[in-house]
Amino acid sequence: MSHDESDHEHSHEHGSELSEMQLRVRALETVLAEKGYIDPAALDVIIEAYETKIGPHNGARVIAKAWSDPAFKRALIEDASKAVASLGLLNRVGDHLIAVENTPKRHNMIVCTLCSCYPWEVLGLPPVWYKSAPYRSRAVNDPHGVLADFGVTLPPGTDVRVWDSTAETRFIVLPMRPAGTDGWSEQKLATLVTRDCMIGTGLPKNPGEVV
Amino acid sequence: MDGVHDMGGMHGFGKVEPEKDEPVFHAQWEGRTFAINRAMGYTGIWTIDQTRAGIERLPPDVYLSSSYYRKWALRLENLLVELGLVGADELKSGHALRPGKTLKRKLTAADVPNSLSRGSFSRQSSAPARFKAGDRVRTKNIHPATHTRLPRYARGRIGVIEAIRGCHVFPDTTAIGEGENPQWLYTVLFEGRELWGENTDPSLKVSIEAFEPYLEPA
Repeated sequence: MSHDESDHEHSHEHGSELSEMQLRVRALETVLAEKGYIDPAALDVIIEAYETKIGPHNGARVIAKAWSDPAFKRALIEDASKAVASLGLLNRVGDHLIAVENTPKRHNMIVCTLCSCYPWEVLGLPPVWYKSAPYRSRAVNDPHGVLADFGVTLPPGTDVRVWDSTAETRFIVLPMRPAGTDGWSEQKLATLVTRDCMIGTGLPKNPGEVV
Repeated sequence: MDGVHDMGGMHGFGKVEPEKDEPVFHAQWEGRTFAINRAMGYTGIWTIDQTRAGIERLPPDVYLSSSYYRKWALRLENLLVELGLVGADELKSGHALRPGKTLKRKLTAADVPNSLSRGSFSRQSSAPARFKAGDRVRTKNIHPATHTRLPRYARGRIGVIEAIRGCHVFPDTTAIGEGENPQWLYTVLFEGRELWGENTDPSLKVSIEAFEPYLEPA
């Protein structure tokens, strides 16, 4: 996308569209509340939960635990919904969560080409790029090109496996534990786990980046 | 539905542009739109695939030029009007002009913490799974005008069953009000070359989650 188009989209989403949408959504909320369908106080709690409680820090704790505890890692690969629920990070974990493991030979990448399916409970709401046409169109036929957009080059000999989330199964990537982290606590390991490395568009940080 | 939402493999959309320190919501109305969707979903008036179909039915030019949450807001308005829960005149005036209908339940602030996780889409099966891991299958060449979760790029292609994911609600029927009609769900793995031709990176592998009615033995 050229610079001009990008600027155009930016002003479209955040400038002129803002006031139109602000008014339109306010009208919708008012009508629904007056008709007794929704309670605006519940909306406040939902927004607060997704802005503060439900985000990639949950997924990072899951990955750090898997890096530290082989029994947990086996449980995670076996049934990620159950394993994540056992950590007690969330009130309830939804079904059908699947963890897919990166190896020196295989790098996994998650996409939803049809809409925006994403493991909300462990990663929060998806970023704009995940829901965008460039990512959804290219992840399935040019994953190395997509990785290049993120500044990521995989070591030679690493094949890419793309998972298109076309049903209610949800995927989280279990990246490889970075070298040089022997003896690190789970808490410290979690600081290496980025959101993007759990989607497969990034790699964990290097130990040197957080020390 | 062969719409613009079915983007896998399309060209010309440019580079992926990650945003540094991206906020969860870019404007107040985005958060409200998201939360209204959740609250209305809680009342049980629609299934997740009816809402997906609601986005897919937006006109292509609107779909491609709208931000994500603008699509959600437009979809909400359309579905609510279609279901007779609000009138277009009410959306225009910004106030209720008639009393609301009685819905099954209403989300309160106290309910929210326990309503945030996804439900289960597993259902009892009425027949054994037709395929097992390792079976070669061909996806059907289907083009329903209504909602489906078989992407265009993976139709009429040969792949291998990698895993059985259980028996799940079938999107193609729930989306059009024809019931849950549970079907076996499989992870089907394709060689990149089977999907994209000989010039493709020979190491690429792509999987989809495919419902049994999308598949036939190969």
